[in-house]
Amino acid sequence: MVSLDIDAVFKALADPSRRRLLDRLCAENGQTLTALTKNLQMTRQAVAKHLTILEAANLVSTVWRGREKLHYLNPVPIHEIHDRWIGKFERQRLRALHDLKRKLEGREDG
Amino acid sequence: MDKPEFVYVTYILSTPEKVWNALVDGEVTKQYWFRRKNASDWKVGSKWEHQDYDNPATVDIVGKVVESVPPRRLVITWALPADAASDEKHSRVTFEIEPFNETVRLKVTHDRLEPGSDMLRDISNGWPVVLSSLKTFLETGQPMPMATRRTTHPPE
Repeated sequence: MVSLDIDAVFKALADPSRRRLLDRLCAENGQTLTALTKNLQMTRQAVAKHLTILEAANLVSTVWRGREKLHYLNPVPIHEIHDRWIGKFERQRLRALHDLKRKLEGREDG
Repeated sequence: MDKPEFVYVTYILSTPEKVWNALVDGEVTKQYWFRRKNASDWKVGSKWEHQDYDNPATVDIVGKVVESVPPRRLVITWALPADAASDEKHSRVTFEIEPFNETVRLKVTHDRLEPGSDMLRDISNGWPVVLSSLKTFLETGQPMPMATRRTTHPPE
């Protein structure tokens, strides 16, 4: 079950183990549960549980290749967070620049 | 089956028809996809081009339509214009559109990319920007300002 709630994204990102799993997918995309469990101080069950939470937050997407389930980093929700706040700041900056340009060009009523 | 290099998913409050249309209608793509026009008749075997909307002779990406099942599934190849004639240099993009509760699940799978290529790097920067811009555009009618300008690459 995927939650469309932005809370799910922040809750999923709030855990250092889950961020570490995302780091591992960022380094190598498309890994199986077995590959992801290697060299981690976590049980397979714990990794599986974290992946379920990441998948529910839509931070991890999956595809089946034969009987293997491959996990991918899905940064789209992180981009939505970027768009929601950073994008807005950029708009304001552009407006400020636009106002400055009008002032310098002597067109106050522009 | 190849192991895809990228698998992106976004959930959009919209209908499969609108999401499909947003991928294939150049008048819509220009509003959220860096002012680019996706041009084709979208029939299997046809060519498609990713053009600069204001200057259609400028083409960034070319390819062929492999599968076209509106409004559910679109598979296209993806290459630089210089590589248009070399099929082995075409990567492949699959768009899967599925109703999901009250929303639409759009899954974009990109595979057959050359390891270490510029294309692979650009793709990994590009899809998340394009997909979140598409979602915002369909849900609010307003594109993200950074995705309406013409840029070769998405902003850092």
